[in-house]
Amino acid sequence: MTLRAFEATDAPLISARGLTKRFGDFVAVDGIDLDVHRGEAFGFLGPNGAGKSSTMRMIGCVSPPSDGSLRILGLDPGADGSRIRSRLGVVPQRDTLDEELTVRENILVYGRYFGLSKAVVRERAAELLEFAQLADRADSVVEPLSGGMKRRLTIARSLVNEPELLLLDEPTTGLDPQARHVLWDRLFRLKRSGVTLVLTTHYMDEAEQLCDRLVVMDGGAIVAEGSPRQLIAEHSTREVLELRFAVDDHAPYQAKVADLARRIEVLPDRLLLYVDDGDAAAAAVHDRGLTPLSVLVRRSTLEDVFLHLTGRTLID
Amino acid sequence: MGTAQRVSRMMPFPAGAGMARALVERNVRAYKHAWTTLVSGFFEPVFYLFSLGVGMGALIGDIDAGNGRMVAYASFVAPALMAAAAMNGAVMDSTFNLFFKLKYAKLYDSVLATPLGPRDVAVGEISWALIRGGLYSTVFLLVAAVAGVVESWWAVLALPAAVLIGFAFAAVGMAATTFMRSWQDFEYINLTILPMFLFSATFFPLSAYPAALQWVVQATPLYHGAAMIRALMLGDVGASLLVHVIYLLVMGMIGAVFAARRIERLLLT
Amino acid sequence: MPAVNTAHTPIASPRPVTRRPGRMWDRALAYWMMSYRRVWRGSIISGFLSPLLFLVAIGIGLGSLVDDGPAGGIEGISYLMFLAPGILAAQAMQTAISESTFPVLGAMKWQRQYHAMTAAPLGIADIVLGHLAFIAFRLTITSTTFVVIATAFGAIESWWVVLAVPVAILTGLAFAAPVFAYAARQEGPSGFSMLFRFVMLPLFLFSGTFFPVDQLPVVLEVIAKFTPLWHSVELCRGLALETLSLLPALGHLAYLLAWLALGITLAMRGFRAKLVV
Ligand SMILES: Nc1ncnc2c1ncn2[C@@H]1O[C@H](COP(=O)(O)OP(=O)(O)O)[C@@H](O)[C@H]1O
Ligand SMILES: [Mg+2]
Repeated sequence: MTLRAFEATDAPLISARGLTKRFGDFVAVDGIDLDVHRGEAFGFLGPNGAGKSSTMRMIGCVSPPSDGSLRILGLDPGADGSRIRSRLGVVPQRDTLDEELTVRENILVYGRYFGLSKAVVRERAAELLEFAQLADRADSVVEPLSGGMKRRLTIARSLVNEPELLLLDEPTTGLDPQARHVLWDRLFRLKRSGVTLVLTTHYMDEAEQLCDRLVVMDGGAIVAEGSPRQLIAEHSTREVLELRFAVDDHAPYQAKVADLARRIEVLPDRLLLYVDDGDAAAAAVHDRGLTPLSVLVRRSTLEDVFLHLTGRTLID
Repeated sequence: MGTAQRVSRMMPFPAGAGMARALVERNVRAYKHAWTTLVSGFFEPVFYLFSLGVGMGALIGDIDAGNGRMVAYASFVAPALMAAAAMNGAVMDSTFNLFFKLKYAKLYDSVLATPLGPRDVAVGEISWALIRGGLYSTVFLLVAAVAGVVESWWAVLALPAAVLIGFAFAAVGMAATTFMRSWQDFEYINLTILPMFLFSATFFPLSAYPAALQWVVQATPLYHGAAMIRALMLGDVGASLLVHVIYLLVMGMIGAVFAARRIERLLLT
Repeated sequence: MPAVNTAHTPIASPRPVTRRPGRMWDRALAYWMMSYRRVWRGSIISGFLSPLLFLVAIGIGLGSLVDDGPAGGIEGISYLMFLAPGILAAQAMQTAISESTFPVLGAMKWQRQYHAMTAAPLGIADIVLGHLAFIAFRLTITSTTFVVIATAFGAIESWWVVLAVPVAILTGLAFAAPVFAYAARQEGPSGFSMLFRFVMLPLFLFSGTFFPVDQLPVVLEVIAKFTPLWHSVELCRGLALETLSLLPALGHLAYLLAWLALGITLAMRGFRAKLVV
């Protein structure tokens, strides 16, 4: 099928069946199935080592799958890697900026890798520098830029070929909160303009903010799939009551409140009670004569989903 | 299938390297920021030429260039220095610089996210090494001509000859670099290059070596490079030139094919 | 199981011993010696093999042409014997410069060992002198080894060459100290290729190592005589060939010592500018 013919269909942009990546005997990605559709913002949520980057690199056609089938834009990455990559934008987990070049040259040179004419890359570089709020640093070398600026430059660079599919591997890891919000704002704009986003993250707030649909990965496998709201409804309760006691070990308290919640998680420093009405549960705890150091009622998040599915926290 | 593609399939050169130009462009841009380094590279062989040619030349006088013809020592050593400079430049580019880009700057990780493939990387980097080497060789040849140590118009062909030497060494150097794990491993490169630089009938003629060692000298690639350029600069053109050319061509081809394959294995994990 | 020391049960612990800044350079030296234990293998080639290869290729190979040349040797002796002490001096320069470029920049900017040392009680003088002491150690090994091997090759015959080893160490330090000052002020390695190409290589080629400087055009000859390497070559060669007389020897020594003193002053200033901010 040609690319033109592919565009006319509503077939998924990415389609994987039994996709597997092995490094020697080690299985990093263990037979995952997934479909990503045009215009979606799709996320991989999972802790370090879950296999997110390995999956992204296979989708980016720089890592041949060990097993299973993978189609990107209707094409086979093994045979048509170069053609596929010409329509992708890639933001790798670690910035791979060219430190021997200036900020602007990074975009210019990258655009030339796509075979774009010099006039076109010049024009797009100017636009993208505006978009990434880097116009005033255009002629600076890359090294002294802050982490957030480098990340924005990497994203700007990945857009030089006007990709229809943008792959972002942990776009905001390691950035301060303000820089993250600036980045999220840029990604929202891209999404609105119709770019299909595929991103990985181990931040649940990022996944909730940006993703229409996501899969939770753990140990190379997909353990759940759905929209953030669906996942929370399915795998957690509406509210969570967090209790912190003045003790080193919270396990003994579990039995004392077990009947108040649908489910309890014991963390080293607190108890999580999964309940539908957090305030009511807090009152009940109080009635039993228990006096926690702190009591917090909050809504369920993807972190709770992950904890439920794997028994572990996302960030350890 | 288009003609260009058909031709590229027929060549032993790695096919599918059509975008390599973009990488050469990148290197040109990077060097605009480091032009002093580029320019300073011109001086090294020239310093050697004057130290050996003028300083040592006065102590040595004329020597037998191989077939009973006596030439000034400077005329004897200049071609070898040109060949050695082509080798050194190519090896530097394809080992130290390549390793840095591969392991530290992660340059190719970003390049391979674009339509460029590993072959483009191999061909692009080798081409750049040749362009740079060609520039240096041109300057050296001009200096040598002005200094009066070029004896024949055949010397014009020493330019493509130097580029061929650069190609052979860049390709093999690149393949070797894909096996390097740390900077410590580069000692092996020095261990190969320095003896070759000193003992390839570069500074003194083959006849000065013990007979048992002469065939070892003649087996080294720099011997062929130096002998080729010496034949051209002295105007001793003969059929043996062909042997040198074929030796270096084959070495470069094997190196290039091997390097492209290794880079593919290394980068596309 | 070792006893756990909590805040409530203090045990007598040895107190850190502080000496006056400038008297603790042995601690900086100890660090460099320790890290050298991990990488010494890599220095074998540059340290021993490369001067040896030059000695064989130029001294013996090219030397056979010189000895058959118009003058039949050089200053009445075989070229090999002329060259060996020159290489001893040049090798000291090269070892010292390579040990005081990337390692200094790295310790200042990349691995930042110097910063760690300033966080300990060490002062600037300790850091500079300790690192120089390490380079002196390296020079001792490379120079001694070269002298032994060159003697085995018959390239050196006089016992006076024993004194050429401390001269080589002094030579290396006279280069290392000013290069410390230069390296400390670099932001990246690009300045080093300038140093290698426009200082080290011309010195190597034109300061009397390979041929007497009076064969150079007069202007270059005068310049060559201002380089520390020429003075070092004169000393080493004079000792190895037993042609040295006292007064010139003292002059050469004084010149090298002056470079060392100036270099240390500049290096301390450069290090202070970078480390004490
Ligand atoms: N090139 C490689 N060679 C060997 N193991 C690898 C390689 N890349 C990743 N892995 C391993 O595969 C697992 C998944 O890694 P990765 O995909 O980077 O996870 P994530 O991005 O979710 O943190 C990890 O255990 C990692 O150590
Ligand atoms: Mg990852």
